[in-house]
Amino acid sequence: MIAIVDYQAGNLASVRKALDHLGQESTITSDPDVIVGAAKIVLPGVGNFEATTALSGALKEAVVRAVDGEIPLLGICLGMQWMFESSQEAPQLRGLGLFPGECEKFPTEVKSPHVGWNQLQVRGASRLLHGLPQDAFVYFTHSYRAPIVDATVGGCAYGGTFSAAVERGNLFGVQFHPEKSGTAGLQLLQNFCEL
Amino acid sequence: MLTKRIIACLDVDAGRVVKGVQFSDLRDAGDPAELAWTHGRAGADEVVLLDISATYEHRSTLLDVVRRTARELFIPFTVGGGIRSLDDAAAVFDAGADKVTVNSAALADPSLISRIAQRYGSQAVIVAIDALRVSNGKGTSYGVKATGGRHSTGRDAVQWAREAEEYGAGEILLTSIDRDGTRGGFDCELTRAVAGAVNIPVIASGGAGAGEHFVEVFRDGRADAALAASIFHLGVIPIGTLKQELQAAGIPMRWPC
Repeated sequence: MIAIVDYQAGNLASVRKALDHLGQESTITSDPDVIVGAAKIVLPGVGNFEATTALSGALKEAVVRAVDGEIPLLGICLGMQWMFESSQEAPQLRGLGLFPGECEKFPTEVKSPHVGWNQLQVRGASRLLHGLPQDAFVYFTHSYRAPIVDATVGGCAYGGTFSAAVERGNLFGVQFHPEKSGTAGLQLLQNFCEL
Repeated sequence: MLTKRIIACLDVDAGRVVKGVQFSDLRDAGDPAELAWTHGRAGADEVVLLDISATYEHRSTLLDVVRRTARELFIPFTVGGGIRSLDDAAAVFDAGADKVTVNSAALADPSLISRIAQRYGSQAVIVAIDALRVSNGKGTSYGVKATGGRHSTGRDAVQWAREAEEYGAGEILLTSIDRDGTRGGFDCELTRAVAGAVNIPVIASGGAGAGEHFVEVFRDGRADAALAASIFHLGVIPIGTLKQELQAAGIPMRWPC
């Protein structure tokens, strides 16, 4: 059972729908026990970093415990940004700090949000991106971006390069929306399900 | 490289896709879920569903149509028409939309844009602007119309686009009422004026009839995306053919996909 963490941040239905399409059982939940007992966890989310305040307390503890217990975690968009230390979007809040650095706004010389299909620059071996073509088109929509870190397995260029996909051990994050990225996105979700 | 987007639009009335000329004279063009899926497979980068009768008749958006259309669609899906409150928007998101467009209700109360943006993020809020060209002795300007092009608002389209951005809009869907349904080409002048005034993506709409119109609106109109309806539904231009033509003209496209 894949637990889709519900923290009232945007569209959980579309992630659920994509997992249904792949024949994967999932549940949308904010129950810490269900999260800790899940086979895999997806942390979706669109919206403001401030929405992650709903992840404080028991929910955050559950995610941390699950991750410590080697349960694979996939953060999508805001969910991935929350896996970093912080974001300029809500500087008073702390992320999970699973990856180092702060998410920052795009420079003013490019339009923001970064909306549309951009290319994934795959770097090195990745279990998550396995089978995706180099320069695969995936769908982005975000106003803040995560820095390139050691765990970056996919970069993307827009007003400079940023982390489009990160991966370390059982931790996975993507800035784009695999559930909205056509066949490339479905392949990525399939890879995560098959871990 | 970030590509320019080709968006297929489904104008829906009473659960069926319709297409009018200059916002009236509606004709049946098919089932929304089927058409959305077909366009997605053909290479559309996004699908927009507009419930074109909702505001006028004060009906809420057809949530079951949204749910059915969203089910097997794995590209971005936007829904608009009749969204008057945060609750209306929430219901549409719950039914499977990734973004909403707001139009008349945002004109009446622009704080609706901020309220949706605060909860779902700016990227989930598109402000739709229906613009009508006004020419007088002082030159050309663009007025904003409300309720499906039926009512004048006294607002200027460029100014309203700027305000919408300040309120937290993530994109502008800019429709030329003059060109809508004519297949005579996009209003590049209007598109360029708005695209140059805001720092958020602008989707050009109204007037698509041939591949060269898309080249023009991306190159001269500086649009980030272009939307069309009937030419895709009726197969006048297959999306794949269009994308190849644009690519050959040097416009970055998601193709093959």
